[in-house]
Amino acid sequence: MLLNQFLLLSAVLFCIGVYGVLARKNGVLVLMSIELILNAVNINLVAFAALNTDALNTDVSGDVFALFTIAVAAAEVGIGLAIVLLIYRNRRSIDLSEIDLMKG
Amino acid sequence: MSFLVALAESDSVPTGSTVTDSANWFLEYAWLVPLLPALSFVGILFFGKRMRYKGAELGIAAVALSFLLAVCAGFAWLAHHDDGGYVAVQKSTQWLQSGSVEFGAGILVDGLSVMMLLVVTIVSLLVHVYSTDYVGDDKRYTHFFAFLSLFTAAMLFFVLSDNILQMLVGWELVGVCSFVLIGHWWEEKPNSDAALKAFLTNRVGDVGLIIGTIALFFAAGGGRTFDTVKINEAIVGGDVSQAALVVASVCLMAAVMSKSGQFILHTWLPDAMAGPTPVSALIHAATMVVAGVFMIARLYPVFFEGMQIGGSSINLMATIGAITLVFGGLLAFVQDDIKKVLAYSTVSQLGYMVMALGVGAWTAAVFHLFTHAFFKANLFLGSGSVAHAVHSFDMKKDMGGMRKFMPKTYVTFIIGSLALAGLFPLAGFWSKDEILVGTGGWGLFGDTGGNGAYTFHLLMGMFGAALTAAYMTRCVYLTFHGEYRGGHDHAHDEHGHEAHGDPHESGPRILVPLYILSGLAIVAGFANLPGGFQLVPDSWTERFGHYVEPVGSSYFPKIAHATPSWSLAVVASVVALGGAVVAAYYYFVKVDRLSKETEASLTGLPDGLSKSNRLAGAGHRVLVNKYYLDHFYERVIVAFTKGPLARAAYWVNQNVIDRTVDKAGETAVLAGRHVYDIVDQSVIDGFVDGSGRVSDATGEELRHINSGKVQNYAAILFAMAAVLAGAFLIIFAL
Repeated sequence: MLLNQFLLLSAVLFCIGVYGVLARKNGVLVLMSIELILNAVNINLVAFAALNTDALNTDVSGDVFALFTIAVAAAEVGIGLAIVLLIYRNRRSIDLSEIDLMKG
Repeated sequence: MSFLVALAESDSVPTGSTVTDSANWFLEYAWLVPLLPALSFVGILFFGKRMRYKGAELGIAAVALSFLLAVCAGFAWLAHHDDGGYVAVQKSTQWLQSGSVEFGAGILVDGLSVMMLLVVTIVSLLVHVYSTDYVGDDKRYTHFFAFLSLFTAAMLFFVLSDNILQMLVGWELVGVCSFVLIGHWWEEKPNSDAALKAFLTNRVGDVGLIIGTIALFFAAGGGRTFDTVKINEAIVGGDVSQAALVVASVCLMAAVMSKSGQFILHTWLPDAMAGPTPVSALIHAATMVVAGVFMIARLYPVFFEGMQIGGSSINLMATIGAITLVFGGLLAFVQDDIKKVLAYSTVSQLGYMVMALGVGAWTAAVFHLFTHAFFKANLFLGSGSVAHAVHSFDMKKDMGGMRKFMPKTYVTFIIGSLALAGLFPLAGFWSKDEILVGTGGWGLFGDTGGNGAYTFHLLMGMFGAALTAAYMTRCVYLTFHGEYRGGHDHAHDEHGHEAHGDPHESGPRILVPLYILSGLAIVAGFANLPGGFQLVPDSWTERFGHYVEPVGSSYFPKIAHATPSWSLAVVASVVALGGAVVAAYYYFVKVDRLSKETEASLTGLPDGLSKSNRLAGAGHRVLVNKYYLDHFYERVIVAFTKGPLARAAYWVNQNVIDRTVDKAGETAVLAGRHVYDIVDQSVIDGFVDGSGRVSDATGEELRHINSGKVQNYAAILFAMAAVLAGAFLIIFAL
């Protein structure tokens, strides 16, 4: 198995995700990009887990870790969507460039 | 005498761990006690609204069952302790494993935790019953009971923890529950602000707790363990470096300061009065604030060695406690809100407990925690009963003369106040006396022993006793005596009711808890009669100390015990009584007469009238400011100081001190001018100015980063992550 292919795929996904988080103005799309980043990490985890596994030795901790990441990502996106929904209700817009309430 | 006994006992105990994992069923299964309220929390949350009494019955049943189990565990511990000495019961299971480090979850049952189980469950049970009436028509009734259950469960979980990581979890759970309950009526801004303040102030201390926990984890004998017993044993065995203990104890002390309302982090406690009164009673008596005191008691070797309590006459913990107790007592004088008086009183009493722990009087501190739980819950619930009748907490505006309307509440409140003031033979007397003896600072009529000579702390404790008696007298006068001042304006209370007619006595669900608690406030003190108390057989004395204190246990430091002193007990009582008498004279005689002469309520006229009639308004404002702004110190103490004391001092001042000072002053001025010119102006000022300019410039640069746009932050985050990743690459490549 070629590990490199998976790592490259993961890196590409990660970069697309980072680009999305930084450049998109739409809150929902930013959340989706965050999902991309998390899934890029998942691919890494699973790929390394598969690399560690052979006929004699089974190590599933990488796969389990990926499962945890998925669970956490689900919770995170739940909260994220709720925040976006509330922002939309209050401002009738989810354009992130207009929101600067965090200004200290 | 008890000192010798303790020494004899600690000598005879074999070395090795004094912990077992098999014991009576009730001790082994003590984890059921926190589990029941936790289950009831889930049950109420999901099914509460569909129940007949909207979830209250489930909460009460669970806590009542917990209480029964705790009582059984209490008796089981008694038998267990009599059979085989002080051997704690520890049952733990592995929670998770990471590398070679195991994270356990379990229970540690000994006299201390069993005592806490009893106190928490009984106070919580009474608060539950009381709440069914007090918040009876609240719109979030079910929610309230759910969190009351969780609060109880969290505290029980905390006191049973057998490792410090679990304690941390319990500690945070208690904090979250208090946040929810203080902000129960969150629609009003002050309430939600108070909840936030409580939460955030506690977070400050929690940082200390986390650092302390980590320090202990690594320090404890190289064992890398969170296990409380193992850590304590390692420290008692001398396997831990002093430096690590100093760090750990100071960090944990910060946590105690925030949780147990010690001076400078105490500010959240009075604000927490925004919560419903039953919650205040629970927070102040049995849960939350005593968590800090409990933690010190549980990890006592850390503090005993870290703060070097033995053989000293001053240390950080005792001093913080002493300052808190006087400071809190003074603040209690200037409050108009009856609950705030009690809140500052709690601050002050917690100061006593921390001071007692700081001077090495472990049993006295735990005993005070025990008695304080009863009379403070009694006072809080009593104040709630009055407030329920007049729909306000303002003693000056809406109370006064309540004893005519609420004779039963009055009696219980008086009992609670006397117990708090520490008057013989109520509960507070015994525990406070023990703390004062434990300071070891009383040298008259023979040395009392103790861990050191904490004379300063003894004096602070005495002063605090006088203050306590005095502010409770004031509080009782303003609430229950004089003329009824309420009912003039339709004050909206926290439930939105309007006051109408005369107030009336509360119902049985409020009164019965009050009766029980005031009964306990009378008898709780007899649990630990001082040794050598000749009026009763020897076997009746120091029962409580024998029950809770792990004397000779492998996880408890060898502390010395002070010998009770009759003379100190008498002097402390006289001091407390003196405080009460001075305050009583001031309020019951002078203020009473003045308020009758002027036929005005203590706050003067209602706002509207004083605005329309400037003369009346001004006159009353003068009256208010002169007589009733409760500057007890100003009117009584300052007046006394101004009199004979001041004249004598003046003479000494003029004739002796002044001349010395004059000469010294002239020299000092000369020297000072040189120092000022050279050191202060050029060196220090230059340095301070320079650092100011640097931070100013840095801030100006950094200001642009703080744009408030989330994507800019994300960009910085990613950039920094990339830099870090690069740094790692370079480090590992090298």
